[in-house]
Parts: sequence; C-alpha cells; structure tokens
Amino acid sequence: MNLATAAQSSIGRKLISGLTGLLLVGFVIGHLTGNFLLLAGPEAFNNYAYFLEHLFHGAGLIIAEIGLIVLFLSHAWSGFQVWNNKWNARKKNYEVPGDAGGKSKKSVSSTTMLWSGVLLLAFVVWHVAQFKFGIIDTGNRAVMVDGVEMRNLYGIVVDTFAQPLWTGIYVIIMVMLGFHLWHGAWSAFQSMGLANDLYLPTITKVAHFLSIVLAVGFVALPTSIFVFSNHFKAESDKYMQQYGTNETSGDMIYRTVSGLMSAEKGA
Amino acid sequence: MSSTSNAMKFTLRIWRQKGPKDSGKLVDYKVDDIIPEMSFLEMLDVLNEKLAAEGKDPVAFDSDCREGICGTCGLVINGIAHGPLAGTTTCGLRMRHFRSGDVITIEPFRADSFPIIKDLVVDRTAFDRIVQAGGYVSFNTGSAPDANSVLVSKDASHDSMDAATCIGCGACVAACPNASAHLFTGAKVYQFAKIPQGQPERDQRVLNMITTHDKEGFGDCSNHGECEAVCPKQINIKTIAQMRRDYLVASLRT
Repeated sequence: MNLATAAQSSIGRKLISGLTGLLLVGFVIGHLTGNFLLLAGPEAFNNYAYFLEHLFHGAGLIIAEIGLIVLFLSHAWSGFQVWNNKWNARKKNYEVPGDAGGKSKKSVSSTTMLWSGVLLLAFVVWHVAQFKFGIIDTGNRAVMVDGVEMRNLYGIVVDTFAQPLWTGIYVIIMVMLGFHLWHGAWSAFQSMGLANDLYLPTITKVAHFLSIVLAVGFVALPTSIFVFSNHFKAESDKYMQQYGTNETSGDMIYRTVSGLMSAEKGA
Repeated sequence: MSSTSNAMKFTLRIWRQKGPKDSGKLVDYKVDDIIPEMSFLEMLDVLNEKLAAEGKDPVAFDSDCREGICGTCGLVINGIAHGPLAGTTTCGLRMRHFRSGDVITIEPFRADSFPIIKDLVVDRTAFDRIVQAGGYVSFNTGSAPDANSVLVSKDASHDSMDAATCIGCGACVAACPNASAHLFTGAKVYQFAKIPQGQPERDQRVLNMITTHDKEGFGDCSNHGECEAVCPKQINIKTIAQMRRDYLVASLRT
C-alpha cells in the first residue's frame, strides 16, 4: 500500500500520533533534566545553553529545532484529525451521555486531549519567544566568559520567575502537561501497537508515574526560583558583575543577525 | 399479569423517531407490574403490549435470540451501551439490576455509520461491509483435508477464539466517544492473525478492512477503552494493538 495513503488512514494517524508523542516525551525528559542545571548556578546553566546553541557549529540546534517543529506539527495534525472525525462520525450525540466505568480508561484527561494539546502548543510558541528570542526585555544580559560572548539566560529565567504572574502561568501549563501525558503516555504505546494484555498494565503504571514526575519537576523549578528569588537573583548579579558587558541582549541578537546578513552578502 | 408483591415500576424515557429523516425526541412512559426476573427486553415487551392495547405505535427495537449470542439487540441505557451490567447484552440484563421507581433513559446506538431506521432500531450493515472487505479465509474446495494437517497450538486457538466471540452488536461503536469501530475491526483481524488459516490473506485483510472502516465514516480510536468496558463478549483492546501492528507491517511490505 502507498505509504502516504496508509499514513492518512485511521490507523496511520494513530501510529504517527503515538510515535511523535513518544519522541516529544523524550524531548521533554531531556529538557527537564537540562533545566535542573539552574540549581547548579549561572555558569553551569549558561555554559550548557551555549553548548546546545553551538553544537556542531550551530547546526545541531537547527537540526533539533527543525525536528521538533516537525514533531509538534505532525502530532498536532493527527490529534486534530481525531477530533475532527469524531464530529463527522457522530453528529447527533446522546441525550444522556454516560461513562461505562469498569475496564474503561476514559478520563477527563483522555477526553480533553485536544484542548490540553492546543494550550501546550500555544505555550511552546510563547515559551520560545520569551526565552529564545527574548521578546520581554530583561535589560543587560550580555556576558563575556573566557573571551566567549554569551547570554545570561540564567538571569532572564530568574527575572521571569521572580514574578508571581509568570510562575503562576508556567505552573498551570506544566500541570496541563502532566494531565495531557496521563492519557497520552500509555496511549502512545497502544497507538503504535506496542501493547498487549500482558504488558499494558505495567506500561500504564509507568506512564502515569512519568507524567506525575514530569509535571512535578517542571512545577518545582519555577516555584523554587520564585520562593528563593533573592538567592537566585544574587547569584545572577554576582555573575553579571564578573562577566557582564554593557550591551543588552537585544543589541547582541541584533549584531548576530546583521553579522549573518553581511556574511551572506559577502558570499 | 397480576400485581405481585415484588412488582417494580419505572419511568422510561425512550427515543422515538418515526423514520430516518425524522428528528426524533425522548418520550416518557410509565410501566408497572415489572417483575425483577424479567429481562430488559421483556420489560419493553410489557410496555409495547400496553401501547398496542391503547392503539398507540409500539416502540421499535431489535432482538432475536434473546440469549446473548446473536448480537441483534442493543440499546443505550442511561448512556451506557447494553446497560449497567458489564459483559452482558441488553437481552441478558435483568430488571433486578435497577431499583423500582428509577427513571431509565433508552436511546439507540448513535453513530452516523449506524443510521436510525426507526425508534431504537439502527442499520448496522456497515459492519457487514467491513467483514466483506477481509473477514474471511479462502481455501480450495474438494476432498476433505487430512485431520491434523494444519497444526494450531491450544494457546493460539484460545486466543483466536476469544476474539471470535465478537457478535458484531456494535456496542463498541455506540460507546466510543469518537464512534470508532476499531474494536470490532480489531477482533475480526485478530481472530485470523493468530491461526495458520488466516496467514495467506493477513496483510490484505487488515489493509482492506481499515480502508472500508474509514470509508464507512467511523471515527478514529483514541484509546478511551469504553468499547472494552461495554463489550458483551469483553473483547480486549489488545486486539486493536495487534491490528495496528499488522497494519504497519502490511503497509510496509505490500
């Protein structure tokens, strides 16, 4: 069978949804693990960010970003298809809807996957704008460490989560992530056909545990920065005194972009 | 029937729809003199006798064997396909599972692929077309083959038989929040995937059955598992996982 046709069947969509979902869970695990470097101080965290940005001369990040965009979009596409077909398949719903209970795995999480997903997708766009592109100005954040120019991302993160608004928003969204994964993580295995009656109970337990661990981890970071913001700000200030230049991170991004453009013209 | 000491009474809210084009609505009826040992369908028979005696149009509903093996009956009772008792068809459900005085809502299986013919009767021929697309095995006719020429292990035979107990009632579709028929199709794929007789047409079977499933307008499965919970034969959702594995393999090698 033509693979493009197969991918668009009711099973193909689930295979794509499950595979992309699991890969995104893998990304989220890596992201949380890396974020814990915030607890190790500004040098560790900023050097890690610099390492990621310059992996394989910057190619690593571009490849990862393209990969993530493809994952997010194909996961969203398959999820939207499920939701859309649901309305076509039952245009008149029950007057008195019910839940069967018993062996059913239906939950608030499983029936709101589209909405938690839409929220998470919107969040990802905002999150990238906020921290990668720095659309909220947090002042002078350019530093020079051992002759290498980099951004005090640690400082941006600390300034952001010192504010109750941002900590609150991130906590809500991260609880939503755990909520999405409560159904999504085990469901991905079933969707890819990697389940049977022998393994499914274990897969479900591990997936539920993982969804809680990820939500708790992602909630713990902004809340601890918020609660101990004096400590984190002092760390950031000390770092800025040691390495700071007088440029804002906006200047630095501008210079990088114009440098790239002139390099392009020269070629 | 004379009034007995343990007679029960119910208020029934039943979906009445004159025909496929009618919009339909819930209509309230009262029944009494219902004995707890009556099946749900016998309770509806009592109502229909009363309606017929009053010169009113009886409630149309499907039933045949009334012993849980044919898959003809199927009502959504208080929002649950085949009612509150797990692993039971509507005909096997007894009135003792309700309390006298209960208000019971009765609706047809709802899915656009199961158009309503009248009241509680739906057209489930979409299932027949899914089976026609691949739910069979082909073999040459002629003299009978030697016994034991095709060996089947006891485990495989039981596993296959568990899926083959599907009676095609359609409760999985009725219960699915997405109106998907993946449990039905999964059971039909699984019963042949586990035994040697099903191997020659294995790839084509799953591809054709899913193509037909989608063409019939059933929804996507999102693993809610409501289907397994309402299935009168308790078909496991592992059949859906197997179908997905088979589909992946089949689409890669054909």
